[in-house]
Amino acid sequence: MGHLSYEESIKKVYQGLILLGVVTLIEVGLSLFGKGYIVSGVEDYRAVIYIVGLGLIVLSLYKAYFIIYEFMHMRYEVKGLALSVLLPTLLLIWAIIAFFQEGDSWKDRRDQIQEKDAEPVDAQQGMLPDDVYRLDDLG
Amino acid sequence: MATTDTVVEHEVHDDKELWSGAKRPFKASYGKLMMWYFLLSDAFTFAGFLIAYGALRFSSPTWPVPDFVFKTHPFGDSELPLIFVTVMSFLLIISSVTMVRGVQEGARNNVKGVVFWMLLTILGGIGFLSCQAWEWTNLIATEHMTVTRNPFGTHLESGVYLNEDGSESDEVFEAGASYLIHKAGGHGHGDDHGGGHGEDAHGGDNHGDGHGTDSHESDATAPGDYKGHVVDAQGFLHRKYKVTDGPDAGMVKSESFGPKAFGALFFFITGFHGFHVFSGVVFLFIIMVNAASGLYVDRNNGHEMVEKIGLYWHFVDLVWVFVFLVFYLL
Repeated sequence: MGHLSYEESIKKVYQGLILLGVVTLIEVGLSLFGKGYIVSGVEDYRAVIYIVGLGLIVLSLYKAYFIIYEFMHMRYEVKGLALSVLLPTLLLIWAIIAFFQEGDSWKDRRDQIQEKDAEPVDAQQGMLPDDVYRLDDLG
Repeated sequence: MATTDTVVEHEVHDDKELWSGAKRPFKASYGKLMMWYFLLSDAFTFAGFLIAYGALRFSSPTWPVPDFVFKTHPFGDSELPLIFVTVMSFLLIISSVTMVRGVQEGARNNVKGVVFWMLLTILGGIGFLSCQAWEWTNLIATEHMTVTRNPFGTHLESGVYLNEDGSESDEVFEAGASYLIHKAGGHGHGDDHGGGHGEDAHGGDNHGDGHGTDSHESDATAPGDYKGHVVDAQGFLHRKYKVTDGPDAGMVKSESFGPKAFGALFFFITGFHGFHVFSGVVFLFIIMVNAASGLYVDRNNGHEMVEKIGLYWHFVDLVWVFVFLVFYLL
């Protein structure tokens, strides 16, 4: 409980409940706004989708920070403990960038394959590349 | 002299000889520090799952829109996007708060308070699990989603649905509109609207009565290729539509299933989280019974066991923050 008195810490818990509840409601409202439920038509703009997405991620990270620091009492632990638990999660930043980019490139590859599939096939040429001469071409 | 000896001995035996080095690393007890490191490793497991979800979502040209998939709830017939999962989120937040209260009462050795607040926490956890059970039942039994089948699709092109005689209906849709593929002859058999529900389908949802009603006018529910729809071998009804834009304009296509990975990712990730909630409820119950018996008062360490299960319970809430974000909000 650290330095807070019993009454103070109880008050803080209920303030936390209100804070998390309000942030969750804002998130749901923001998500529905981004899908065009509140003002129809906004979902067609890419900028709206990006800003709403970023806002949702920031709010979720804030909720995570609040749960770890207040509810799990990380604020009142020794600094070394907090760092040894929190710093390793920074590795995830690399994982998120790497794997999302990889996923995006799978999509590009999928589009390329579909384009190739749609190309008309020349039956005469078969599997041979252009610069290979066949015996009957040479006479 | 004799009394000081016993005091020293008591301190040493407390907390496993202070970690055998006569010192507590990070001024924390062994159990609490190891709980933190277990939670760190668990966070990596969940992060791996969620990053796989992100990579597969990025790799797919379409993805089921969450406010279309998760708009059903047990409170009535109307469709309210995201409301049910918001209720589930609030259950977890509230049970997290009651857990903090339990830990606080534990620090003051108030056994009655600990048991009361832990009981509320357990009820919150059971409530969450019940909601999840309803959600899964609805997805599996009513909407026929499985680990390998995702009936929630998204149109890549604008188009217009065909009537049962193969002519164009007045049901137009834009690219990005979502649809749910039903079992033939199953859903909405009772209502007989004929046609004329184009306004339902405009710009998005044609779930429920917008979908499937006019297909049931004929008894064409056996597998086969019909003028207005295709029924596949599993009995799913794929409506036919005419594309009105893009390179395929003018072509007649039938609705295809959505990205397959969605079902597997949804059931595995929310299932793994639900399993954490379930095991949390079991451990909360065991520790509540121990606390009621006065066991932790005898240990004289401010109910540290309650604090440790509290850490685990908050972590379950923490994971839900991110599951909620990626599955339901984004």
